[in-house]
Amino acid sequence: MTELSMKKNVSIQEQPEEERESVFEAQGVNLWYGQTQALHNIHLKQREQEVTAVIGPSGCGKSTYLKTLNRMVEMNPEVRISGNISYRGRNIFSRRFPVEELRTRVGMVFQKPNPFPKSVFENVAYGPKIHGIRDKQLLEQIVEESLKGAAIWEEVKDRLHENAFGLSGGQQQRLCIARCLAVEPDVILMDEPTSALDPKSTMKVEELVRELKETYSIMIVTHNMQQAARISDRTAFFLNGEVVECDTTDRIFSNPSDDRTEDYITGRFG
Amino acid sequence: MQMMDQEAVAKSLPRRIAINKIVRGLFLGSTLFGLVVLAVLLYDVISDSWGWLNWNFLTSVVSFDAAEAGVIGAITGTFWLMMITGPLTMIIGVATAVFIEEYVKEGRVRTFFETNISNLAGVPSIVFGLLGLTVFVRILGLGSVVLAGALTMSLLVLPIVIVSAQEALRAVPSYLREASYGMGATRWQMIRSVVLPAALPSILTGMILSMSRAIGETAPLIALGIPALLIPLPSSMFDSFTVLPVQIYYWTIDAALNDDLAALAAATIIVLLVMMFILNATAILVRNKFQKRL
Repeated sequence: MTELSMKKNVSIQEQPEEERESVFEAQGVNLWYGQTQALHNIHLKQREQEVTAVIGPSGCGKSTYLKTLNRMVEMNPEVRISGNISYRGRNIFSRRFPVEELRTRVGMVFQKPNPFPKSVFENVAYGPKIHGIRDKQLLEQIVEESLKGAAIWEEVKDRLHENAFGLSGGQQQRLCIARCLAVEPDVILMDEPTSALDPKSTMKVEELVRELKETYSIMIVTHNMQQAARISDRTAFFLNGEVVECDTTDRIFSNPSDDRTEDYITGRFG
Repeated sequence: MQMMDQEAVAKSLPRRIAINKIVRGLFLGSTLFGLVVLAVLLYDVISDSWGWLNWNFLTSVVSFDAAEAGVIGAITGTFWLMMITGPLTMIIGVATAVFIEEYVKEGRVRTFFETNISNLAGVPSIVFGLLGLTVFVRILGLGSVVLAGALTMSLLVLPIVIVSAQEALRAVPSYLREASYGMGATRWQMIRSVVLPAALPSILTGMILSMSRAIGETAPLIALGIPALLIPLPSSMFDSFTVLPVQIYYWTIDAALNDDLAALAAATIIVLLVMMFILNATAILVRNKFQKRL
């Protein structure tokens, strides 16, 4: 892809007058898998009502960083972390901040659509149910709102009680987004949510992300630089476990300050 | 540049195809071997018991007169034994597997648990019988009752249930766990709502295998002192009992004295096989029902 076509795709977005309130703030985060250091001294902010795209070549630590934010990365027993990450002023590694609460506030959409082997309805109702909602009417209301929120209601409203595995890949991914919305999170982390989808489904998910940012703070890891340019307000470029540059998406794609960023977005490597 | 000699490839092709066919034949032969042996066994047992297996045989209690003898006592005993052993091993076995797979971190402690359970699976069944005799019959003073037999049998098949349940839990894809954790589920919520339902069909397969084992085990029960001659039927788990395989064992031994007893043993084998078949069929139906629901 040429540099020119890249730039054309960049949507012109207004600069926020003043900086929005930050949701996540990482300070000097280092992370090791056993002996291998995967993240080096990460400083990064994630703000309200913004989409932050995380780009970088494979193995640069972008997914690792995303999973650190909701502490899913620690499911690997070899992981060690140092540094500090705060979510709305609270240290996420604190004993007084249970991971269950963090993950209720911080939803996640995974690379591969991962619906449960249950009905569409049960998939979306899963989150509210584990958080103690039993009222059937309320559950129905939540399911409908969440499916509408994920722009999939029209497609599934007549098959709410069919197995979710019967949906297409793109529908499954939007169902997973609906499932995530049902818990009413504050932040949504998306780990390459469209990498397993066809172009049309990808477009639908991208549209959805643009709508969702009105309400949610979104961080999206993506391999697709055009996607980052299309949907994000800010872009962070990761390389070898470091943040090379983080700036507004416009600036990253038109006038990056670091040569390595420029090399990457113009396709000279990666 | 051509790295592959096309002529040599073409020349070797018939040989590869022939090997392919031979291998298929070997596999087919192995499968038939099992089937043929089973068929011979069935034929032998059925012909030996011909005329003996009737309603009277199924509903009568044991008797010294071969013509009068029946197996209702052993059927009831086997039924009682399975009713207690089944749920007991299911609960303890699955709980153990869940603990090891989901709660214990990989490392020395886990290896310790797993090694010991595997070793337990290799202990001869008679040893479990002696253990049951010491602990349940003597120390706990239960006597040779249904409960003592069921506890002994549970110990015997637990390793099978645990190992197969572990396999089932391990086969649950990690993305399902992640999806659940990602929404703030606690570990137990995740296990109950995601892992157990997904693993249940395979867990039940393990249960079927272990129950088939338990229904046919003889040695540990003989060690417990289960009699063959039992007139009153067991009506609670604290009653004396006998089971089909023990009945078969004693009749086979006594066949040296009276030829008719051999026929009775053969007829009892058929009853045992049919009971096992019904048990397995039920479990498979239950399993399929769960699989469909997923």
